[in-house]
Amino acid sequence: MAIKLVFLGKLADLAGSPEMEVEGPLDWDGLLAALHGPLGAAVQEQRTRLALNGQVIADKNALTAQDGDEIALLPPVSGG
Amino acid sequence: MARDIRLLEKVFSLGKALDGFALAHPQAGGIASFVGKVRPDDGVEALELSHYPPLTLPGMEALADEVLARWSLDGILIHHRTGTLRPGAPIVLVAAAARHRRAAFEAADFAMDNLKSDAWFWKRERRADGWHWIEPRAQDHADLERWR
Repeated sequence: MAIKLVFLGKLADLAGSPEMEVEGPLDWDGLLAALHGPLGAAVQEQRTRLALNGQVIADKNALTAQDGDEIALLPPVSGG
Repeated sequence: MARDIRLLEKVFSLGKALDGFALAHPQAGGIASFVGKVRPDDGVEALELSHYPPLTLPGMEALADEVLARWSLDGILIHHRTGTLRPGAPIVLVAAAARHRRAAFEAADFAMDNLKSDAWFWKRERRADGWHWIEPRAQDHADLERWR
């Protein structure tokens, strides 16, 4: 079992797909290493948030994920 | 049930939703409602709303709880579309039922300001040359600041 990355909004376009699997364990540096080009830059933007297993994490630099976890990459919302 | 919070994948009837809400709160002296629609701007053929299930509906429910804690209401309704919508189609219906009108108006206004800048939705619109993501609007954040 791997870690599932879920890309929301325009991040899905940058990723070329709405989901991707990576091998765990994974921290912030490992996540950035798995994301190439403009996708990595977009995820580093301050306004891009991360959710781990459905909970938004306050400090994305403190990310730690294991196999079986789901990480959502959340660009700024465009509002309801 | 004071809260009626839904994510809807298909076109919904505003009249049925409001009738049901009024029936559920017969003791309310007034109901204020707001309908947000896909703005029929030139060139926009469709609007797509995407969401993230683990966050979007729980976030709307938490917003409803905040509204109920802040105003004295009989009930709050938030129905929000996802998926692909045509110009003119309703995106969101917010309604607040209260003994007195001021609480109902303010609660609906507050709920909309929160939905517009804090809810977990991403929008893109289709024009003749393809899809375009819609960026956050500064005005929406300024609107929300009024309540802080």
